[in-house]
Amino acid sequence: MNIILIGALELGLIYSIMALGLFVSYRMLDVADLTVDGSFTTGAAVCAVVSLTGHPLAGLMLSIPAGMAAGLVTSLLQTKMKVQPILAGILTQMALYSINLRIMGNKSNLSLLGKESVFTLTEGWLPQSMSRLAKLPVIVLMVAVICLLLAFFLKTKTGLSLRATGDNVEMVRSSSIDPHFTNALGLAIANGLVALSGAVLAQYQQYSDLNMGVGMVVIALASIIIGEVIVGRRNIPVHILAVVAGSILYRLFIALALRAASPSDLKAISAAIVALAISYPAIKEMIAVAKLKRKGRVTHE
Amino acid sequence: MNKMLELEGISKTFFPGTPNAHKALDQLSLTLEPGDFVTVIGSNGAGKSTLFNVISGMFLPDEGRIRLDGRDITFEKEHKRAAVIGRIFQDTTKGTAPGMTIEENLALAYLRSTGKRSLMGITAADRKLFREKLAQLDLGLEDRLTAKVGLLSGGQRQAVALLMSTLVTPKLLLLDEHTAALDPATAEKVLDITRRIVREQKITCMMITHNISSALTLGNKTIMMDSGRIVLDLQGKERQEMTVPRLLELFKEKVSKDFDNDRTLLGQD
Repeated sequence: MNIILIGALELGLIYSIMALGLFVSYRMLDVADLTVDGSFTTGAAVCAVVSLTGHPLAGLMLSIPAGMAAGLVTSLLQTKMKVQPILAGILTQMALYSINLRIMGNKSNLSLLGKESVFTLTEGWLPQSMSRLAKLPVIVLMVAVICLLLAFFLKTKTGLSLRATGDNVEMVRSSSIDPHFTNALGLAIANGLVALSGAVLAQYQQYSDLNMGVGMVVIALASIIIGEVIVGRRNIPVHILAVVAGSILYRLFIALALRAASPSDLKAISAAIVALAISYPAIKEMIAVAKLKRKGRVTHE
Repeated sequence: MNKMLELEGISKTFFPGTPNAHKALDQLSLTLEPGDFVTVIGSNGAGKSTLFNVISGMFLPDEGRIRLDGRDITFEKEHKRAAVIGRIFQDTTKGTAPGMTIEENLALAYLRSTGKRSLMGITAADRKLFREKLAQLDLGLEDRLTAKVGLLSGGQRQAVALLMSTLVTPKLLLLDEHTAALDPATAEKVLDITRRIVREQKITCMMITHNISSALTLGNKTIMMDSGRIVLDLQGKERQEMTVPRLLELFKEKVSKDFDNDRTLLGQD
């Protein structure tokens, strides 16, 4: 298999954990949560610091509560302090910049070269001839477990309450569900996943960087929308698979685009892909209307 | 025996201390016996919906106490009260989650009684119960458990909302003109379902309506509100002998404001 494809697949799966986090906050809870750019780095920072002491698995595990705490802060600002959702996320994200710097011991990046990681621990899983594929099974396993847990959780009664909060908050207010609780739960889960994604990425690329979270919200939204356009959102399991597929496809697009363009064009290409994915339904409608017009069914608008 | 609902001297003023100050509820007191079905009439702005909002905890009264089944709930949070107070709105989109399936919506309502098993999915027993209850609505919804509620008509949605509010029998059911947005035939059907459920489960119920004749035929008491007060409390023999034209007369007498504005709101049909 082509090395570029493998790389895109690996990265796509790692970032899909983050996209699944935003799937919970943005799609299920219907909150545009901008904490993500900060909590992604928090996850990576916590993981790097703990991994450096020689506990790579503990690094991954501890990144989750760190992200959840960030999500809880945003939720408290939103629900109890009545700060507008977007502003609440921005505030937490801003504070996290300082906190992340602290976690990394006032260094803007930490190298994990030569340190144990979840990937070195599982190196022996595949024969030497397939070493290029060695990282893939670990990532696939992680993503699969997360998808299953998430699909199960969203079908439980607590999960249903969370979804109802995003679907019809009016109804939730007049039902026996506490919307503050479901908001807190949703944002905690979302940012826990985002931080885990950052943590896995840190071990994968063997460093953590203070700015690695920049633009993550946009990438995650693009992944969700690409997935929905191509796979659909018939029910929860399909929707979850769509998010993972969307994340992989996004990485593939980027990888292919980079073969034609120079790395310095990366941000522009990313933005173009995101804009295209988000405007796809509108473009589709325009084409449909144009077709109708040609047939003469629509005489005036 | 406990009174089911006791309201004592409830007042609520919006925008107090400003030129827009509006006294929505004025020293209002009301007592409901268990099983009472009270219809509430009055012109727009009389305080009917404000009364419901205060009872359900959407906002706190400025003065007064609220007791439900002997328990003081004046300061209890809205979602806590919602475990024992069901409410249906005029807007058919308010009572259900459109992006979720019928069975998921019903499961949410059922949470009240199964809250302890909150990390479980919908069980086969739940489904069986939902199907039975839906079959009683006679709208063919029992075979569409996994259809999204957003695909249903307004009447069907209102029926599902009614079922959700009464799946676990509430101590009090508040119906805020819940058939006003439906066409006459559907409204009649939803009213029939309401009547049956309230009777079978012996639910204490309050219903706001602009339809004077159903205000007199449904339930066992009728109250008329104006300017945040109860201006007429009809029950027993007096209520049985009341006619629609006579009630409209009374309405004109009792209501302080210019009646012209309200005439259209009180149809006789």
